[in-house]
Amino acid sequence: MRPIEYFKPTSLQEAIQALQDEGAYALAGGMDLIPSLQENILPAKRVVNLKAIGEELLRGIGPTPNGLQIGALTTLVEIAKNETVRSRYTALAEAAETVGSPQIRNVGTLGGNLCQRPRCWYFRNEHYHCLKKGGARCFAGDELGDNQYHAILGGGPCHIVHPSNTATALRALNATVHVVGPQGRREIPIDQFFVLPRRNIMAENVLEPGELVTHVTLPEPPRGFRSTFVETGEREAFDWAISGAAVALVMNGAEVAEARVVLHAVAPIPWRARAAEEALKGQRLTPETIQRAAEAALEGAQPLSQNAYKIPLTQAMVRRALQRLV
Amino acid sequence: MAVIPWKPPAQMDYITKDNPRLDGPAKVTGRAKYAYDAIASKCLVGRMITCPYPNAKAVRIDTSEAEKLPGVKAILVEEGKVCRLAGEFVGAVAAVSADIADDAVRLIRIEWERYPFVTREEDAVQPNAPQVHAGNERPNVRVNDPDGEGDVEAAFQQADAIYEGTLSTQVQTHTCLEPHGTTAVWDENLEHLTVWASTQAVFGVRNDLAEFFGLEPHQVEVITEYMGGGFGSKLGGGYIERMAARLAREARQPVKLLLTREQEQTNSGNRPSARARVRAGATKDGKLIAFEAETSGTGGFAGGSGFPLPYIYSVPNWRRQHTDVYINAGNARAMRAPGHPQGSFIMEAVMDELAYRLGMDPIEFRIQNDPNETRRRQFRELAKRLDWDRLWKPGPDEGFPLKRGMGVGAAVWGGGGHGSNAEVEIHPDGSVVVRCGTQDIGTGTRTVVGVVAAEQTGLSPEAITVQIGHSTYPQSGSSGGSTTCAGVAPAVKVATDNALWELFLKVAPVLEASPEELEAADGTVRVKGDPSRALSWKEACAVLGQESVVGRGRNDRSLSSSGTAGVCGVDLEVDVETGRIHLRRIVSIQECGLVVNKLTTESQMIGGVIQGISYALFEDRIMDRMLGHQINPNLEFYKLAGPADMPEIVPIVWMEPESLARGVIGMGEPPVIPVAAAIGNAVRNAIGVRVNSLPITPRKVLAALGTEV
Ligand SMILES: Cc1cc2nc3c(=O)[nH]c(=O)nc-3n(C[C@H](O)[C@H](O)[C@H](O)COP(=O)(O)OP(=O)(O)OC[C@H]3O[C@@H](n4cnc5c(N)ncnc54)[C@H](O)[C@@H]3O)c2cc1C
Repeated sequence: MRPIEYFKPTSLQEAIQALQDEGAYALAGGMDLIPSLQENILPAKRVVNLKAIGEELLRGIGPTPNGLQIGALTTLVEIAKNETVRSRYTALAEAAETVGSPQIRNVGTLGGNLCQRPRCWYFRNEHYHCLKKGGARCFAGDELGDNQYHAILGGGPCHIVHPSNTATALRALNATVHVVGPQGRREIPIDQFFVLPRRNIMAENVLEPGELVTHVTLPEPPRGFRSTFVETGEREAFDWAISGAAVALVMNGAEVAEARVVLHAVAPIPWRARAAEEALKGQRLTPETIQRAAEAALEGAQPLSQNAYKIPLTQAMVRRALQRLV
Repeated sequence: MAVIPWKPPAQMDYITKDNPRLDGPAKVTGRAKYAYDAIASKCLVGRMITCPYPNAKAVRIDTSEAEKLPGVKAILVEEGKVCRLAGEFVGAVAAVSADIADDAVRLIRIEWERYPFVTREEDAVQPNAPQVHAGNERPNVRVNDPDGEGDVEAAFQQADAIYEGTLSTQVQTHTCLEPHGTTAVWDENLEHLTVWASTQAVFGVRNDLAEFFGLEPHQVEVITEYMGGGFGSKLGGGYIERMAARLAREARQPVKLLLTREQEQTNSGNRPSARARVRAGATKDGKLIAFEAETSGTGGFAGGSGFPLPYIYSVPNWRRQHTDVYINAGNARAMRAPGHPQGSFIMEAVMDELAYRLGMDPIEFRIQNDPNETRRRQFRELAKRLDWDRLWKPGPDEGFPLKRGMGVGAAVWGGGGHGSNAEVEIHPDGSVVVRCGTQDIGTGTRTVVGVVAAEQTGLSPEAITVQIGHSTYPQSGSSGGSTTCAGVAPAVKVATDNALWELFLKVAPVLEASPEELEAADGTVRVKGDPSRALSWKEACAVLGQESVVGRGRNDRSLSSSGTAGVCGVDLEVDVETGRIHLRRIVSIQECGLVVNKLTTESQMIGGVIQGISYALFEDRIMDRMLGHQINPNLEFYKLAGPADMPEIVPIVWMEPESLARGVIGMGEPPVIPVAAAIGNAVRNAIGVRVNSLPITPRKVLAALGTEV
């Protein structure tokens, strides 16, 4: 009774056109979109399959004059296995490698992973008309809500956590997101790509209707650059992270020259812990520095009724990420 | 003919040995057909209509829009039905495809009269709580009579160590990988109903449907060739089978009806929760002497929440009061060893805490208080297998961030054989067919049937044609309480012996012997003690000419027994920074009398350990308080243990001669019982503080560690 139109364009232009209408959704690997349609939580009227689009930019991993470029349709397994990504942008390879399960990584794409919708159990349940679906309340933030997996930073009025592994890594790696839409192309620094609910409750990023991610670029790693992504879930596999961290450092000998510390699964966006970055700058990676950075990373955390455990847990994630980079 | 005892184990070729599943190849190649696969074409798809509110009555129903939808063939809705949980069934539709059936469900307009609801135990017991059974007098709380013996107060005066605490377990859903489902088809005259059911009770479903439709039992045929898990939730004919049959009758076409995962998780049964405020005391010499507990639990909107406590260990002075709490959530059903894992988690925690307070080794303390001689020996064996004497320390472990710990627990179970019949037909061409109406719920019953017939005839299990899972075969009981193996194996043995006797009567003259002198062994029929006077099995059967011989048999109690003992030990590490538990090794020891098939017994033990791990660390039905739905009715957030979470699992089947001599005893349930308890104790041993409730998640581990800082 709710027929959904299916469209498989062969050019970017056609895709953009088709995506401008209300209720139109891009389909890449479908690992997130198809279940969302089955769960009846999106007002979908049209699905636009991106996979037949000829555009080269959307595919593969290749060098650019000042870094690396990854097409939006590149699968997570391709990213995880790519030698350049593994050696030079380790955090991204590790992030892609720990997504879901092998089947999901074989099919899921970078664009889809970045733009996937939250896993909040109220958002995902058709009986709960929450803020994010145009409703009047956030159930997770309610005093009666169950929020053990929700945000401790940046929450309100909605308290989702951003689920994307690659988003966290790309933010640590200072990527640029390249998009194309009805107004043409634009480049969005990753720090400006994601939005908090208090700015836009209905979306997790700044994409306008009809806009698509074509690819992501990563800057050339400077000398002394290293990065890593760590996460922890409740189960060993096939589970969402309950916390994690991506850290990228530029080392000057034994000292940290520059640091980007991004917390995973604790905020509605991949969360840059600037206080932790400050705590690291100019320091050697001693246990004391690492501990200071971990504590600084969680400054200002405001747990809900059931998720205070994420504070020590996320401190541990920051410590582990930094210990790996020593 | 008098029942012949089992052969001595030393003379057995198949029983007590490892026999691969006869249906393994069919299952792994997909040839095995389950209830939903029964009819490949022209089968309508049924879908349940569910209540979207936790406490409501369907007062007015409008199906007109749904009826207009092309492809919809039948709609049944129960006007006036009162639903006590969100997700309760109020009817079903049948359509030519699943998508159309889904759409039809959405088009049915139901006007609900809604009542206040309560979905959590702590809320339900409040004085002004909304009433679960709104509109009738049934209260949310039922206080059971107190129970106990001895003089508890006086005993506490004598105690040298006392433990007091509150321990609790969650609601666990059965989570059958094959959801509840049925395919139903009627003959043209509506005089014969055939149903492929995913059930633990072929005859239970037949009888229920016959009664419901006013038919005689022979007019209903129930088939369960294979099934994908029941764990107690598929023990009888019920709403789903009736609904599928009603839809098929209405539509005059076959209908298959399978619950969605969400429906399976919310409304197909569960293991009730348990909570206990306990106080227990022991003396310096290691005797448990005093125990008292105030306990409660919820079985949802209906169903009790009882569990055994005190459990396993003798305590002369004890007192207990149990309260059932009702909430607007799916109701309890029997689940693998009903009550026991709850009682075990609580009791074994108490035992460890007392042992720690007495400065005793927890295994020694248990041996001192366990009345069962077999289990005392099993505890000693367990200590050996775990290298306990070398590795166990009172804890907490000094390591960082990984802390190692060990813990144990014990199980008791009844088992015993249910009423079962079997029939064995030996054909002149040498083929042997065994028919028994039992279902194989995944435990390996089909293989057990083949193994027993093979043992008696001297043929191999593969040479036996096993026909089970059909209500036209000899009646066999439902698969509950671990009673199937001990019911079916004796029945098949007796039937085989009886068929052999018929064969011997015909063959004896040819061998110039009396039938009493004959035996079937090593693929021959021969004179006992004189192998030179033998016919090959085929030659012997050829003597039958045109006529096959048939033997019938019933479970004979002399061939089975009841009451089993088991223990479990866990070796693990806790990551105190992440709160994650890394299991290293789990040893499970289980007695089950005469072991009919060692390989599938081990498989049941491994399965029990896996389900126990899942219960201990992951599974939790979470009911929302605001709108009253289960908010994790899926396998994403109702978490099951996965392959990567598995430790090394060591199943040890207890094969002492005294145990084998007891006859067959079922064991599908007991291995699950002590796993969560042993994991809980190992965590306590590792980190020095107890996580008092299941599941033991990182959140709870970190919280428990926080209280110590
Ligand atoms: C059981 C399970 C476990 C999972 N675990 C993890 C995990 O641990 N970590 C993790 O990060 N993810 C996890 N995922 C999510 C999954 O990996 C991602 O959803 C997947 O990468 C999405 O990629 P896709 O190509 O399949 O996206 P799709 O489902 O096709 O699309 C996802 C969303 O992105 C939009 N979209 C797709 N491509 C573009 C584009 N080029 N431009 C703009 N919008 C676009 C779609 O419209 C849709 O809204 C899990 C998923 C499942 C089912």
